[in-house]
Amino acid sequence: MSKLHHVTVTVNGKQYERDVEARMLLSDFLRHELGLMGTHVGCEHGICGACTVIFDGEPVRSCLMFAVQANGHDIRTVESLGTPEKMHPLQEAFHEKHALQCGFCTPGFLMTLVSFLEKHPNPTEEEIREAIDGNICRCTGYESIIEAAKLASERMSAREN
Amino acid sequence: MTGKVFGQPIPRLEDQFLLTGTAKFIDDIEIPGMVHAAFLRSDYAHARIKKIDYSAALKRPGVIAVYTAEDFGDYWRPGPLQVPPPTAIKGSQFNARPLVPIAKDKVRFSGEPLAVVIAESRYIAEDAFDDIIVDLEPLPAVVDLEEAWENKPALVHDDLGTNMAALVKQERGNYEEARAKADVVISRKILVNRNAAAAMENRGFVVNWDEREQEMTVWATTQAPIPLRNTIAARLGLFENQVRVITPFIGGGFGPKIMTSQADDVLLPWIAMKLKRPIKWIEDRRENFLATTSERDQVHYAEIALTKDGVILGVKDVFYHNTGAYDPYGMTVPLNTQTHTISNYRVPSFYTEIRMVFTNQMVVTPVRGAGRPEGVFVMERLMDAAARELNMDPAEIRLKNLLEPNELPLRTGIIGQDFVEGVLDSGNYKANLQKLMEMVEYEKFRKEIQPALRAQGKHVGMGIVCFTEGTAVGPYEGARVTIGGNGKVSVATGISTQGQGHFTVFAQIVAEQLGVKAEDVNVVTGDTAHFHWGAGTFASRGAAVAGTAIYNAAVKVREKIFATASKWLEVPPEQIELGDGKVWVKGKPEQFITLGDLAFRANPTRGVIEPGVEPGLEATGYYGPPYGATGAGAVAMIVEIDPETMELKIKRFVIVHDCGTVINPLLLEGQVEGGVSMGIGNAFYEKMVYDENGQLLTASFMDYLMPQATDMPPKIEIGHLTTTSPLNPLGIKGVGEAGAIPTPSAFVQAVEDALFEYQLEIPESNLSPSKIFEYVQKASKKG
Amino acid sequence: MKPVNFDYYAPTSVDEALDNLAELGYNGKVLAGGQSLIPTLNFRMARPAALVDLNNIPELAYIKPTSDGGLAIGTMTRDSKVEYNPEVAKRFPLLPEVMKFIAHPQIRNRGTFGGAIAHADPAGQLPAVSVAMNATMRLRRKGQERTVTADEFIIGPFMTVLEPDEMLAEVILPPNPPRTGSSYKQVSRQKGGYAQAAVISVVTLDDRNRCKDVRMVLMSVGERPILSQKAREILMGQEASNEAFRAVAEAAATQEADPATDLHATADYRRSLVRVLVVRSLTEAFDRAKRGG
Ligand SMILES: Cc1cc2nc3c(=O)[nH]c(=O)nc-3n(C[C@H](O)[C@H](O)[C@H](O)COP(=O)(O)OP(=O)(O)OC[C@H]3O[C@@H](n4cnc5c(N)ncnc54)[C@H](O)[C@@H]3O)c2cc1C
Ligand code: FES
Ligand code: FES
Repeated sequence: MSKLHHVTVTVNGKQYERDVEARMLLSDFLRHELGLMGTHVGCEHGICGACTVIFDGEPVRSCLMFAVQANGHDIRTVESLGTPEKMHPLQEAFHEKHALQCGFCTPGFLMTLVSFLEKHPNPTEEEIREAIDGNICRCTGYESIIEAAKLASERMSAREN
Repeated sequence: MTGKVFGQPIPRLEDQFLLTGTAKFIDDIEIPGMVHAAFLRSDYAHARIKKIDYSAALKRPGVIAVYTAEDFGDYWRPGPLQVPPPTAIKGSQFNARPLVPIAKDKVRFSGEPLAVVIAESRYIAEDAFDDIIVDLEPLPAVVDLEEAWENKPALVHDDLGTNMAALVKQERGNYEEARAKADVVISRKILVNRNAAAAMENRGFVVNWDEREQEMTVWATTQAPIPLRNTIAARLGLFENQVRVITPFIGGGFGPKIMTSQADDVLLPWIAMKLKRPIKWIEDRRENFLATTSERDQVHYAEIALTKDGVILGVKDVFYHNTGAYDPYGMTVPLNTQTHTISNYRVPSFYTEIRMVFTNQMVVTPVRGAGRPEGVFVMERLMDAAARELNMDPAEIRLKNLLEPNELPLRTGIIGQDFVEGVLDSGNYKANLQKLMEMVEYEKFRKEIQPALRAQGKHVGMGIVCFTEGTAVGPYEGARVTIGGNGKVSVATGISTQGQGHFTVFAQIVAEQLGVKAEDVNVVTGDTAHFHWGAGTFASRGAAVAGTAIYNAAVKVREKIFATASKWLEVPPEQIELGDGKVWVKGKPEQFITLGDLAFRANPTRGVIEPGVEPGLEATGYYGPPYGATGAGAVAMIVEIDPETMELKIKRFVIVHDCGTVINPLLLEGQVEGGVSMGIGNAFYEKMVYDENGQLLTASFMDYLMPQATDMPPKIEIGHLTTTSPLNPLGIKGVGEAGAIPTPSAFVQAVEDALFEYQLEIPESNLSPSKIFEYVQKASKKG
Repeated sequence: MKPVNFDYYAPTSVDEALDNLAELGYNGKVLAGGQSLIPTLNFRMARPAALVDLNNIPELAYIKPTSDGGLAIGTMTRDSKVEYNPEVAKRFPLLPEVMKFIAHPQIRNRGTFGGAIAHADPAGQLPAVSVAMNATMRLRRKGQERTVTADEFIIGPFMTVLEPDEMLAEVILPPNPPRTGSSYKQVSRQKGGYAQAAVISVVTLDDRNRCKDVRMVLMSVGERPILSQKAREILMGQEASNEAFRAVAEAAATQEADPATDLHATADYRRSLVRVLVVRSLTEAFDRAKRGG
């Protein structure tokens, strides 16, 4: 067993401490050390986007980071958005527009889009398309995801005004 | 037959778990004491195994055990075949070489397992690979299909004496006679390239052997939970009810997840019993490319014979089909190719010959489309060649040859993957194409839009093609429907679900029959403890076959409701109404009983139940179609190409399809859109490439390109037509593969049309700008 | 797909990092954004004994104006910070334009400006851009510091002049003279995918619209970014003209570009792209220069 490193990290507002090997990927850490299974792993080489989490306010690939690198940082995962009983407006919109089928890619899309919509409250369809370009969905063909993002942006900005 | 819930576009009932990260997928399963498996895989595609020494690996801290084929003793054996081939085809030959779970003596594809390592973590298991000394003697790899047929450069299975996996000849009419009468005969060599299913979730397998209970629980990403349970039990000498297979939420299937008798489901249960520890194996993306089955890869020598007016007299197609290193799935894929080559056209004479070959490549089994895109691609390419030769419009030649509704049902004379002669049950193929032409403004595009664009120097072209989709094949599915004391309904069926929305569509079917809200119907799929008869999710059969079984069960429960209620309300059944979760006497709503209450009364703890009456508001239903229901449609695609860089944009994508009765239009469109994106991927991005040594060059998403949001057309325009299938009471046909089937055919035609001045003829199904450039270069040199 | 074990160092200052690197020598490897390094670790194609993580060194992440009007960018500055920095956009509009083509937003949030250049991927945009912009690399090792031009820095595919114990610390971008225009043109299979060919042009015009300086770089069509000499030979002192651009394109495609055939494209195709993209890129760069840059 190689050396363990102490990691203190805030995830979804809650502080966790663990000792891990340096090589442990952040995606594995979130899932198997912290039990936050909502973050999914589809490729472990940075292409599919299923593992996207928000790291210090910006979406990143959790499969391309080590857990030790999260020491002292702040992470948001899909578990921070809403619960089955009370979903986030973006989750509601995904539901209504049938923007998910198998749902495996969905957490990655949600985290990418939540962050995007926070910065771009009134995006065009084209901007949404580009924003989700780094996330692969095999089931939906993307159209419904784009519609859902549009609907959510309308509702979210209406709520703010 | 739209009802209150049935036929309505209701959003899915399963979504909230998937959306909040609370749905349980295979890798979310954690069991105390669980250990992790990893497979050491061969780097060579074809090699003799001389020695594997893993003694050093056992010394590594955290490694629990290592096994090679030898260590499994008599437990190691190939197979069984998952789908034996039909015996009904006269004179057909088939050499069965079912999958071996782990290579013994010889490696037959790159990625084949050589050893399995069990360790405290996946990280350590992979570390142990470095400690295993593998001595392999490389052999020449069999890669090219036509060479393979000539038994060159080696034999994949030495004992067989040939690389022939199957030879199947089927004919209807007499092609040679038709050819002799024809004004024109056109022959082409046509290639269909290989694609991966590439579900976003890789495969996975978790097994727990409870020594005290003598029970095994398996969680698997399988499309066929019941066959999986049956083979595991049989292999281990257990009763079926000692093995429970549970499918958690599955991150997409698209075909390969139907496979059983692979390294994971054969070896890990045995090891779990030996070690008495739960084991988890999660496939990674590299393994998924190397060692999960994939599909397509055929070489066709096809010929079409026509009159000078463009009437088809006959078609001949001799094709090589790559089955990979083994043929566990029988001849399903090439048989689908045979049945779909001519399906919606009137082809009086048809000769088709499968030459299925073993190669040193990963095994081929169905991927969304499953042989159908290949057949459609070949036929549509022939139609395009014929149109060009006869100077006809591509739509015109198709309209001329499509079958009329009054010619259906039509026996095709060709035996298919479901072991019976294909029958086109119903449909209106011409109407599909006509509606498509309206939607895409065909005449206007040809006469005004395209000439105007060409005058501006733009290269915009359209492809327009037709297709059928054989769906909803047998053997059968079953389901049990139960009304609980809480007044809600539970449904259990044997198929598993990978995102198709079964929880919702099945609830809709039941809710409509039993007068409850769809939210009050709880559907369980793919858990053998809940229902344990059935075959699995394949060939777009979930909604049609399992859905019909559920419908049949629900109808029985409905009858039981009326019978029981009649007794308690003391009026004849005709005077009872059912709705909103209760029954009442017609016109007297105050005289009611809730369904929950009725369920209790149907299952008394004292008193007498009349003979012939089964207790409870529960029933089991089955459904097995005599043959599959055939969906159909047509696709038009408009592309624009930059002739300097060959960059391409899809401007419009229009699809008209007919899948019979629609249970939920929202979900249906989702299925179509997903299929289209896979079709676009297959046509322009995704291609599995093996080199001459049998090495897969595209074993990551860096090299195997998946369609992204920016690769899709602005909108997928969908038109629906409905001719209900006479085969099942709901009139359903499947739709899961519709989008994927016609897209490559439409795509190449559109590319040729866009670059009209080069008179291209593209004989392959997967293009890239570089490929298009090559074709243009060749054409320019000729011209 | 899990990395091998490695020793991990997380220095919090440059000096500490240089100490770590000096101690480790050939055993040490710098971890910057990790967006190229970690995939290769996950595939176990790279198996370093130790990683020196620069992510905890705030003094390496900055965008600072230089006294001559250029910019100095700390190696650990995230791509997305460069992409959205107003100073960058004002001085070097080429950079935000190019950034959009690099991978996807999530990767640019983590990937670093210096890391991409140090990676020296022949298909990477930033190594090529740094050559086109005539950037200077500040390299540091324990007790030593040196500067080299971008063109000197990159010596081959994934190869630089960096010594094992040396790090790229800063990238210095010299100011553009007035009337400088730039343009980036690429063709890739997909948005965010690696370029099959790309051309970067940076052109300065005199007050009579004649070319005073041109740096044209061919990217992803050779083992490293190719700074075109032909463009210089043909265009210096010339006004924009299609014939001249075509001549440059022909010469660059046939004599300078050295593309290879890979899975996705043939060498011929990529050569043909060079021809097209040179003309498009020069046209745009001249046009922008004329309009003041
Ligand atoms: C899906 C995907 C798509 C991508 N597409 C593109 C693309 O289209 N174009 C493109 O250019 N890039 C692309 N990239 C790569 C991305 O831009 C990387 O961020 C970049 O190339 C490397 O930067 P990094 O900071 O992540 O470096 P790292 O991955 O941390 O390091 C890369 C290499 O450089 C060395 N290194 C890094 N910094 C230093 C330093 N300061 N001193 C010495 N050595 C150092 C490391 O030791 C390592 O060998 C893509 C990556 C992914 C995952
Ligand atoms: S798992 Fe991280 S990008 Fe695919
Ligand atoms: S919903 Fe299945 S991959 Fe996106």
